[in-house]
Amino acid sequence: MASLRELAKKKNLLTGGHRLCAGCGASITIRQVLLASNYPLVCGVATGCLEVSTTIYPYTAWRCSYIHTAFESVAATISGVEAAYRALKKKGKIEREMKFIAFGGDGGTYDIGFQALSGALERGHRMLYVCYDNQAYMNTGIQRSGATPLGAWTTTTPAGKVIPGKPNWRKDLTACVVAHNIPYVAQASPSHWKDLVSKVEKALETDGPTFINILAPCPRGWRYPESKTIKMAKLAVDSCFWPLYEVEEGKYKLNYQPKEKKPVVEWLQLQGRFKHLFKPENQAILEKFQANVDKAWENLLALAQKT
Amino acid sequence: MSKALALTGNGACAFAMRQINPDVVAAYPITPQTTIVEEFSSYVADGLVDTELICVESEHSAMSSCIGASAAGVRVMTATSSQGLALMWEMLYIASGLRLPIVMHNVNRTLSAPINIHCDHSDSMGARDSGWIQIYSENAQEAYDNTIQAVRIAEDPKVRLPVMVLLDGFVISHAIDRVEVIDDEVVKSFIGDFKPIYPLLDWENPVTVGSFDGLYGYFFETKRMQAEVMERAKMVIKKVGNDYGKVSGRSYGFFEAYRLDDAEVGIIVLGSTAGTAKVVVDNLRDKGIPVGLLKLRVFRPFPLVEIVEALNHLKALAVLDRADSIGSFGGPLFTEIRSSLYDLSMRPLVVNYIYGLGGRDIDELQIMKVFSDLQDIQETGQAKKAINYLGVRE
Amino acid sequence: MKWDIRKIKEWKFYEHPQGITIPEAGNAHYYPTGSWRSQRPEINWDKCTHCLFCFIYCPDSSIIVKGEKVVGIDLAHCKGCGVCAEECPKQAIEMLKERV
Ligand code: SF4
Ligand code: SF4
Repeated sequence: MASLRELAKKKNLLTGGHRLCAGCGASITIRQVLLASNYPLVCGVATGCLEVSTTIYPYTAWRCSYIHTAFESVAATISGVEAAYRALKKKGKIEREMKFIAFGGDGGTYDIGFQALSGALERGHRMLYVCYDNQAYMNTGIQRSGATPLGAWTTTTPAGKVIPGKPNWRKDLTACVVAHNIPYVAQASPSHWKDLVSKVEKALETDGPTFINILAPCPRGWRYPESKTIKMAKLAVDSCFWPLYEVEEGKYKLNYQPKEKKPVVEWLQLQGRFKHLFKPENQAILEKFQANVDKAWENLLALAQKT
Repeated sequence: MSKALALTGNGACAFAMRQINPDVVAAYPITPQTTIVEEFSSYVADGLVDTELICVESEHSAMSSCIGASAAGVRVMTATSSQGLALMWEMLYIASGLRLPIVMHNVNRTLSAPINIHCDHSDSMGARDSGWIQIYSENAQEAYDNTIQAVRIAEDPKVRLPVMVLLDGFVISHAIDRVEVIDDEVVKSFIGDFKPIYPLLDWENPVTVGSFDGLYGYFFETKRMQAEVMERAKMVIKKVGNDYGKVSGRSYGFFEAYRLDDAEVGIIVLGSTAGTAKVVVDNLRDKGIPVGLLKLRVFRPFPLVEIVEALNHLKALAVLDRADSIGSFGGPLFTEIRSSLYDLSMRPLVVNYIYGLGGRDIDELQIMKVFSDLQDIQETGQAKKAINYLGVRE
Repeated sequence: MKWDIRKIKEWKFYEHPQGITIPEAGNAHYYPTGSWRSQRPEINWDKCTHCLFCFIYCPDSSIIVKGEKVVGIDLAHCKGCGVCAEECPKQAIEMLKERV
């Protein structure tokens, strides 16, 4: 596990000069992921904030090879790159060990890119898929996705008089990926950079497909001041909304257990997208939110104990 | 140097793929393309090729993987049909926009609904503006020959565009035909090594492929460039067609003009229907009627000058379209052919026959009917009906 | 700058790399985003312990580290988000109003 001193000496693969918003959680996340690599990389990115903001022609913030094709296709695109690499390796035309990372937002991963992701995982490509989950379609202006939590305001789930925000809970994508029986699956947060970096290191050394779901707070979409991005990520972890865990060869491991599990409202109340939930008539939604978090957390504890 | 085999059209395509030995093939099964992928898979399983075969979970992913592999810097092929091509839609434009020389068979089949697995050209005609080169085949032999030429055309540094090789579903794909194949070694040296431009796997020179044309606006320039290279591709297609003649004894141009030089009326057609039409032309010629045929091989890039030159002397011309462009005035081939002739001061009267949709049979009698209509038009100097549906119950 | 794009706005269509591939890695480095800033981080060197937390949390790769020590802020790119100030365990970073 690299220390910060060591990480700071490494080549920074995402330069400044990208056009992501000030305080963007995605850029912090991607920087941390890239810093963990000790190999030449080819990165694929699904359409989304990260893609449009880092490669505005004629400028690219990427210091490693990069490809974007479409919204739902990053897993398949990187599958192709990785297959090409294997073809050249087999023929002795390339010797250097290279690694392949696909990045998708929650829209490009939970929703439209889900099929391509599932296919790529099942086929066993040696690639790491990183979902930077900011819990809505931020690039198109904050529309709900399969990752948007219950009750959240988005532009397609407005806090209306009859329907106060998103009526549904969220898809547990990490669990869906675990069901693919791939060698390594993890959930991480940029607030816990050490945990994140070591997960990426582990994933890149794994022979086979790996997946890391990373919570990437978005100041614009979540409605909080841009300086609080890391605070938001940390509270999500400390309230057990976003547990840090890994599943290695089917074995669950909890990587972080908060000393004191914070009530989820501590996280919710700092975000404008949940403001309406604090009206008395929406109390039940808050309770349901907490109950969902508790249940998922209990499940996870049981799984970690069992395996 | 070459030998004759009994192969289906799909078998001939798979055979050519084995000889080409692409680095990566990513494909998904769909009727009637399936046997291409099946046969190629057995070449992979038996170690007869070095290819990394990716059996993807959809055609969308097939084309996405092909794009990834091609951008990585290797030779890539795939195959599809119909709904599969439709599902690839957005990726077709990305492959051509990124200028990636992917070669793909499309075994022509119509598009749903109603669901129907048989041949027409609705699928590939819908992709005519996607920036892919399109080469149609009359029979298994041509499907084989076109496949090998497609690799050279796509990869030519002056072109660098993806190429679609078209063959009619079932009529060609599943019928056994005599196919002359050339030696593996000859194919290998004919296509040469793949030389990538800006490969992702060149880790010492990292590049950003698929950048975002956001604020400054160079999109139009990239499209203008695609139009330019499509134009340049004509020279390359011609040269490759000639060179192929030297190694195989079979040269190819943009089209085949069959007994057209001294014809007074003619028809123009794509794909397997040309075979039937030739028989009709011969029969009518035997009776002393001056009819001819233009079998278009290269639809994209559209060989405007050559087509006009080949057709300008006709009195009447029928364009046979195996696809409709519903809501337009005639099929896609018709509107382009008729428009190409517009600048001539003396031009043939042009009529359209939409035929064979969803695999409806086209026989000699129907083509005879077209020629007799054309003779009427020639005699009266006018066409009663510009758009005609041939062989439909109406 | 390996790839000279100073006159790119005047380039003819055939002068662009194919598929508008960007042939120079990381040239966004030459694109200043510092003008977005309304506040500017300032490090109090007396308080800084060079823990490098600001380095790992900065979204814009704008904390300059030389030989294991923070030596300054890359003001050409820093967008003034204040994450570094928020996360500094020693409260060594202060956000100052940017003069306009
Ligand atoms: S976080 Fe604060 S103490 Fe740590 S290196 Fe940065 S300025 Fe110094
Ligand atoms: S204010 Fe934001 S962009 Fe500037 S150095 Fe601090 S963390 Fe980086």
